[in-house]
Amino acid sequence: MTDMQAAAGAAAAGVRQPLLETRRLSVDFGGLKALDDLDLEIYEGEIVSVIGPNGAGKTTLFNAITATVESSDGDIVFEGQSLLGLDPNRVTSSGIARTFQNVRLFANMSVLENVMVSQHCRTKQHAFGALLYTKAFRQEEAEIRQRAEEILGFFGTRLVGYRMDQPAFTLSYANRRRLEIARAMATQPKLILLDEPVAGMNPVESAELTGLIGRLRDEWGFAIVVIEHDMGVVREVSDRVVVLDHGVKIAEGDYADVANDPQVIEAYLGKGAGDP
Amino acid sequence: MNTTLPPTTGPQPEAPRAAPRPAFTHDWRRIARMGSVAAFGQVFIALSNMPVRLDERLIVKPVLSLGYLVLLILPFAAGYRQGHQIKRENMPVCAPGPNEVVGGFLCGLITGGGLSLLAVLVTHFDLREPLVNWSPVLLDLLSFSNEMWFAVVIWLAIGAGMGAAGGVLRLLGPKSHRVVVTMALAVAGAAVLESLVVDVAEGLGLEPLTDRLYAPRGGVAWPSALGLAAVSGLLAVLGRGRFRQARVRHAQMEGAQRTRANLGLIIATAAVLIVLPLFAGKLTNELLANVGLFVLLALGLNVVVGLAGILDLGYVAFFAVGSYTAAVLTAATSPKIAPEMPWLVALIVVVIITGLVGLFIGAPVIRMRGDYLAIVTLGFGEIIRLLFLSDWLSGWFGGSQGITKIPGAGIFGITEVSGTDPRRVFYLVLAFCVVAIYISWRLERSRLGRAWMAVREDETVAEAMGINTVNVKLLAFVVGAVLGSFSGAIFAAKVGSVFPASFLILVSIVILVVVIFGGMGNIIGVIAGSAVLIGVLGGPKQPGLLAEFSEFKLLIYGALLIWMMLARPEGLIPSVRRTRELRQQEMAQDAWLRGQVDDDDAGGADGPRPAVQP
Amino acid sequence: MSRRARSRKAPRTGVDWFLTFLRVAALTVVAVGLLAFIAQEISTDNPFARWANPDATGLTGAQFRGLIVSGIAQGAMYGLIALGYSMVYGVLGFINFAHGEVFMVGAMTGMITSNKLADAGYWESNFIGSLVLIVVVSVIVCSLTAVIMERVAYRPLRGSPRLIPLITSIGVSFFLQNASVVLLGPAAKAYPDVPDWLKSKHTFLGIEGARILVILVAAASMICLWYLVERTKSGRAMRAVAEDAEIAELMGIDVNRTIVKVFALGGAMAGMAGILWGILFRSVIHTTGFLPGIKAFSAAVVGGIGHLGGAMAGGLSIGVAESVGPLLILEPLGVSGVSQLRDAVAFAVLIGVLLLRPSGLFGERLPSEDRT
Repeated sequence: MTDMQAAAGAAAAGVRQPLLETRRLSVDFGGLKALDDLDLEIYEGEIVSVIGPNGAGKTTLFNAITATVESSDGDIVFEGQSLLGLDPNRVTSSGIARTFQNVRLFANMSVLENVMVSQHCRTKQHAFGALLYTKAFRQEEAEIRQRAEEILGFFGTRLVGYRMDQPAFTLSYANRRRLEIARAMATQPKLILLDEPVAGMNPVESAELTGLIGRLRDEWGFAIVVIEHDMGVVREVSDRVVVLDHGVKIAEGDYADVANDPQVIEAYLGKGAGDP
Repeated sequence: MNTTLPPTTGPQPEAPRAAPRPAFTHDWRRIARMGSVAAFGQVFIALSNMPVRLDERLIVKPVLSLGYLVLLILPFAAGYRQGHQIKRENMPVCAPGPNEVVGGFLCGLITGGGLSLLAVLVTHFDLREPLVNWSPVLLDLLSFSNEMWFAVVIWLAIGAGMGAAGGVLRLLGPKSHRVVVTMALAVAGAAVLESLVVDVAEGLGLEPLTDRLYAPRGGVAWPSALGLAAVSGLLAVLGRGRFRQARVRHAQMEGAQRTRANLGLIIATAAVLIVLPLFAGKLTNELLANVGLFVLLALGLNVVVGLAGILDLGYVAFFAVGSYTAAVLTAATSPKIAPEMPWLVALIVVVIITGLVGLFIGAPVIRMRGDYLAIVTLGFGEIIRLLFLSDWLSGWFGGSQGITKIPGAGIFGITEVSGTDPRRVFYLVLAFCVVAIYISWRLERSRLGRAWMAVREDETVAEAMGINTVNVKLLAFVVGAVLGSFSGAIFAAKVGSVFPASFLILVSIVILVVVIFGGMGNIIGVIAGSAVLIGVLGGPKQPGLLAEFSEFKLLIYGALLIWMMLARPEGLIPSVRRTRELRQQEMAQDAWLRGQVDDDDAGGADGPRPAVQP
Repeated sequence: MSRRARSRKAPRTGVDWFLTFLRVAALTVVAVGLLAFIAQEISTDNPFARWANPDATGLTGAQFRGLIVSGIAQGAMYGLIALGYSMVYGVLGFINFAHGEVFMVGAMTGMITSNKLADAGYWESNFIGSLVLIVVVSVIVCSLTAVIMERVAYRPLRGSPRLIPLITSIGVSFFLQNASVVLLGPAAKAYPDVPDWLKSKHTFLGIEGARILVILVAAASMICLWYLVERTKSGRAMRAVAEDAEIAELMGIDVNRTIVKVFALGGAMAGMAGILWGILFRSVIHTTGFLPGIKAFSAAVVGGIGHLGGAMAGGLSIGVAESVGPLLILEPLGVSGVSQLRDAVAFAVLIGVLLLRPSGLFGERLPSEDRT
């Protein structure tokens, strides 16, 4: 990403309230602090990378935000509203979508259905509409389908055509990752949490997806938080990088600052490694 | 994980076929194993008294009774089965040859040995004390009313013969194979459907035909059995592949054409179902009504189990609540309150109350793990029955006396449907089945149906994708409950009395077997499952076409459930999705063999991908 | 996921309110029932005792002790059966619904053997010897049944979706029950008469001898099993497989054989329980296995699945609860015919436990892939 965009993000940050904010967020796993007093702000239209060694609490952060694990202390505020205590589905409908580290598609549903079902929280027609086959119901079904096709079209020709009607388990690995992102987009979020989106991809695919993440922000206007191990990708996409270690934020800033931060180098390579 | 498959040269249409294996190069252990398993089955069947009971029922008069058929089928199946070769990719498959016949012969010999041994034992020991069927009658049946030694010889001979016949069936090419199977099925079908056919023929004034077909005291007369076999064999030869072609054609149709074809099929089915009862007698209509009731129950359970993937073992609770509510509301003899509502008005209340009970039972259990949920629903099913049975609530529901003298169901004052006229009951049931089919069909293809699917696949992810899994599952539970209450209300009006004993847990299990047998999640499959099982074997208390089976039907249901799960978990007529779920790996491999799998695009990396670490 | 605790400030949904209501209602019923019972015990004349049930009589000390002891004896049997559920669930992660039927097979085997022995006159002349003999026969038959069951019905299904083996086991249960009907007949069958010292109430503290026997035998079996699982090599293998079958296999443990051993042990315990049941109630019928099976499963859940001591403790608590529960809580509330509701109470306990504490009193030990 260019400096200009990063600057724009920062400028916006100065004026506006953060989109998502965690305040002294802690998650306890029976005494083990997976997250410890974490303060984090995500602004609209921003791409933030969360990095850190294995076990630093990155995925736990996502799980806490989406309410799949219970946070033991602190607060999570999204658009000025606390998310604490909401069911995961309510978090999603309030505008946060996520992907999973270990790709979890609805493997036996078709590609199209995967995207259609993810629009659940944005659609209203209930059983009676379906039973009476009302005009509103038909209209909504058509809209759901159209939107799904539109989203799949975002990934070029890979997920459309005959593949749309194939079960998701027949997809290649990279396409599964893409479909996961498509599914997250279908929930019409304001913020997307991507958990290692390029893990296991080859360099070509991963470069392509990196571009895609940028387009997600530019064309669809999502704010994006990425967990990523691939430093090349992190450098490419991030407006801002947050480094976690042992559940604590040890550094924050643009890529160059963070990459040279002695504390970060220590966290990754061990004590003394950063010294000359 | 299709991407981890090793690369090969692409689709392999036909594995190379080698010459038949010479005889006596057998897998002896396999033969011994199959033979002894079959022998064990034979002895079990003989000791269960099945042959004696079923001896009354003649298949082909005077040659074959159902009792002997049951005993003959096992060595035959063992003989056929032992010739089965597992086809592996790129492995030569031996053409069937004398080897199969000899193997079948040996296998059948071992199988027959079981009954021979039993005959010896029955003569020399008296085990009547624990085994109630250890009797001279059994020996009589085994020895064809001769001496014991005759039984020993004859069963060895029969076993070997049937086993060899099974082996011979392997020798036949696929075409003649099909012809033989069709002939056997035609004769067996004619025998099984006897009472139905006679009944309908009587209504149509076609008695001369059935008089010729069936012998005076049951069973297909042997000349007509031969004729039937010949005709069906001829049809099988002529119509070879037509049926399959039609199906393929139907599958390939699109859009309006397909809709038209489906509509045609539906209208034809509806016409048959509407016209048939008019010509059928009371017994047939009774049977149809019973089948219809179970179709209704199975459709309801299908929404819960098949669509939403919730294993509800206490489904009978809703049937019970529906019946009892209808009884209390319509019967004048209801102990506590007797509003004596008209049936249709009562039905509305029944639906509301059962829906509430569904919520009440569903709400606490819906967050549980799938297997715990199954046990807890079973508990609820039993609690509800125990409550209806208890003295505590007998002031309301009559305890073990139940509620009797329930009036029939009045439909807008036009007609009254009660058990005395099963034809009307059938039409009423049919109407409700249509409603139930419509409901499940529409819901499956709606936003709600997709949400159910997602919940079935992966609850955590469904929740993360913004689906309120609790509400969605609860709704499935309630829809299932309401559909179950329909049949409950009809049941009360039909039978005219309700007792706690009609609502045992085994009813739940039987409905579950029906749904699984037919094919979970598939409406047609579920209907076919109920028609075959309830129609032929009968429901928990209702007789089927093979009334002689009534003692054994629960045993058969149990065995069928095990067998279905092992051999064909997706059911008789599977839904596409269930098949995918259960056979995901196989299907992925097939797709890969056909070259349909998406072998990636941009980078085109082959083989497993290592996780990239920084 | 399903056990995600609610956070602070949680806005509650309708289902939550309903669940809270259910919990409160259940606790209220229990509390009020208990209070009314205590009031009765103080004096049957006080208004609170008569408030719901004017015919209240309360219980005498001897009655109370009798109920507790019979509850413990019953519970010891549930505990023995529960071990089988618990071990199989611990290792394979599915409910072996047919385990109750193995118990029935044990009781039936005991019935057949003991009647044969009685016919031969050996039952009267040497009761203890016969008892040992029928226990041995029944344990062998039950282990075999369980092992065959595993081989035929469950082994081919390993690795399939978790509800599939459960459904299969329902089929197995149905099959075994009805096989008993067609082979042995549908009527209830009696055990031969037991010696007087088992029947008399004056052997020890006014407790029936048979109940003492049941408790002692159950305790002995429990100790043997504990030793087997915790102190021997195959026991260690079992625990390893329960922890993670794949890793255990890589460490050179024969997983199939270990699973067979688990089924055999569970079957043996069920066979033991079957004999005890026969001695205590002296009557057995094809449905004998169903209710004890379900209750034993609840016991396994109460104690925490995969926890041997827990299974026993759970069995005892279920036994005592169903024995004294109706009289302690429902009778004072004026519910008539409480003994009929015994089984309903047992089911209610099961539902309550799964609702309030699905991981049991001692926490569960599940195969690693089942922990979420």
